Amino acid sequence: MTVTFDEAIARDQRIEPADEMPEGYRKTMIRQIAQHAHSEIIGMQPEGDWITRAPTLHRKAILLAKVQDEAGHGLYLYSAAETLGADRGDLTRRLIEGRQKYSSIFNYPTLSFADVGVIGWLVDGAAICNQVPLCRSSYGPYARAMIRICKEESFHQRQGYELLMTMMRGTPEQRAMVQDAVDRWWWPSLMMFGPPDAESPNTAQSMAWKIKRHTNDELRQRFVDMSVPQAAALGVTLPDPELRWNEARGHHDFGQPDWAELKRVITGGGPMNEERIRRRREADSDGAWVREAAAAHAAKGMS
Amino acid sequence: MTSHEWPLFEVFVRAKRGLNHVHVGSLRAADHEMALHHARDLYTRRNEGVSIWVVRSDAVVASDPAAKESFFEPSGDKVYRHPTHYTIPDSVPHI
Amino acid sequence: MAFDDAYDALTDHEDDARWAYGTGFSDPLAGVPGDLPDGVDRADLAAYCLMLGDDALILSHRLQQWVTRAPELEDELALANIGLDLLGQARLLLTRAGAAEGRGRDEDELAMHRPPAEFRNVRLAERADDDFAHLVARLCAFSVWRLELLQRLTGSADPMLAAIAAKGVKEVTYHRDYAAQWVVRLGDGTELSHRRMAAAVDALTPLLGELFQPHPVETRLAAAGIAVDPAGLRAAFDDVWAYVLATATLTAPGVAPAVSPAAVLPASSSPAGAPSAASGGRDGAHTPGLVEILDEMQALARSVPGGAW
Repeated sequence: MTVTFDEAIARDQRIEPADEMPEGYRKTMIRQIAQHAHSEIIGMQPEGDWITRAPTLHRKAILLAKVQDEAGHGLYLYSAAETLGADRGDLTRRLIEGRQKYSSIFNYPTLSFADVGVIGWLVDGAAICNQVPLCRSSYGPYARAMIRICKEESFHQRQGYELLMTMMRGTPEQRAMVQDAVDRWWWPSLMMFGPPDAESPNTAQSMAWKIKRHTNDELRQRFVDMSVPQAAALGVTLPDPELRWNEARGHHDFGQPDWAELKRVITGGGPMNEERIRRRREADSDGAWVREAAAAHAAKGMS
Repeated sequence: MTSHEWPLFEVFVRAKRGLNHVHVGSLRAADHEMALHHARDLYTRRNEGVSIWVVRSDAVVASDPAAKESFFEPSGDKVYRHPTHYTIPDSVPHI
Repeated sequence: MAFDDAYDALTDHEDDARWAYGTGFSDPLAGVPGDLPDGVDRADLAAYCLMLGDDALILSHRLQQWVTRAPELEDELALANIGLDLLGQARLLLTRAGAAEGRGRDEDELAMHRPPAEFRNVRLAERADDDFAHLVARLCAFSVWRLELLQRLTGSADPMLAAIAAKGVKEVTYHRDYAAQWVVRLGDGTELSHRRMAAAVDALTPLLGELFQPHPVETRLAAAGIAVDPAGLRAAFDDVWAYVLATATLTAPGVAPAVSPAAVLPASSSPAGAPSAASGGRDGAHTPGLVEILDEMQALARSVPGGAW
């Protein structure tokens, strides 16, 4: 007997591209995958700016490979979105016209090379917390893309942490650079899990459709619990005076990020919003004649 | 603008000798040679493949999900195609 | 799926045959003896490794500058791959240069702490790209030349150079194909792309002569069976280059003489004893493009003395 969409979801089966699905599910899926893809592509910029300036050739190679992976992850995700009938060119236009969002974390500047390490440790660490459950997302192509992305991403987090460990063994100036970067990235990393559950309008529907498996607050708690011992091993202080172990809960208590700031950054008021979109728009428009020429050349071959 | 967008290609990678090519995803390219280059750069960065196929997505013919019942379910009751359907005493060797 | 530890969770999929996830990485230089060949002039060998290493390092830098700016996302991947390949070649060659020199300088000391006049790359590698046509034209010419060079270098009497070359041949073969295909697409694409491709070829032509001008170090080491005499690459280069350009519906301009009248920086020091008469990149005479690259590449490494990265 043919399995309906609701039955497939109830039985924890994957939805595949040609299956019937509610229009709301399709739209939500396209939006989520596209925003995720945009985040990977925009996310190339903050670290990409340090490739040419990396202090050793080894770090340069690592960073170039990492930023390249992010382009790859963006493509895996656009590819998944295209299985739902979305068109990559159209999604790109939505991004550069500001009609579709990307992760607010990439609207902060990278001020020192320690930022490269902290992005790997905290930002990629938070991304992994968000993404590992998505490997079980109900939409098959998205779940499969996430498996591959998570595997590749695990190198990203480890290289960041290793860079920080190395810098902490360096000069006092370097240790100060690491602490400064941690101070600047900690709160934006907590914001990566989205608004508190009480203010997250889409969470309930996404959980019902098994697009999402855990709430924002659950994931944020998990991230804090994972990060605290890592910070201690590194010898840095997380910039939250309210952060402490709560024996009764079996979790760390922690302070609330500045949600007004998150709102401001998401709606375009972050320090780097304009620059990030401008760069992407320029690459797209500067490359138009190249894409056009390749299409024209291919058309000659077919005639 | 859309007329200049490159067509979509599906990518299949053979991970190592002895395995089938497996579908790994899609990409955009202007022509077949470019699609192969892109597939190599996108899907085999970590030593994942020894052979790649690319095929234009619009050239793939897929079965109709609505016809799933008539297409696939008639084979579901042909249990005699499976070796476990047949009872052989444990005492009979090599069968 | 376990969720307490993100890495544990990932291992759930270790046997997932739907995805080919790579394994089996190997060191292409494993087992290659690192000793210097008998009778080789250490300073010459060091200088030669710097030449080939700097070519790769500097062109890799130009490719790195394209990251987040490529015309299409798939090309981000391709250009990063090529940049990584060249960076890898540079690291091996600089390391070999440091070993031959015997003064304890490693790849980073050589990359980050030499002034422009001590860089030995050909000037073709340092030129800034005006647009994507310039990028692929230069990459194509460079790769055609370097592939011919590396193929011959696989027979070097220095086993380490031979092994580095053998690794490089596989990489540069792909670079050449990638770039040549783009030269053809743009040359034989639209009217606009044809015009830009032709302009790019014209712009790099004055820099080609230098590729085939033997430096005394190359001449001496070629005689010892260690290096490749670049003069011998000319005919093979011209054949391939002319073929690519013809396929791209472009005409091959005459290759300019080795010494271009273009503005160059004076070569202040020449540790390898290079003559100052014919001054090109191999003698440390560079364009402002190299200074711009080194300002960017070296600033951080130099700003934190004793830093650990």
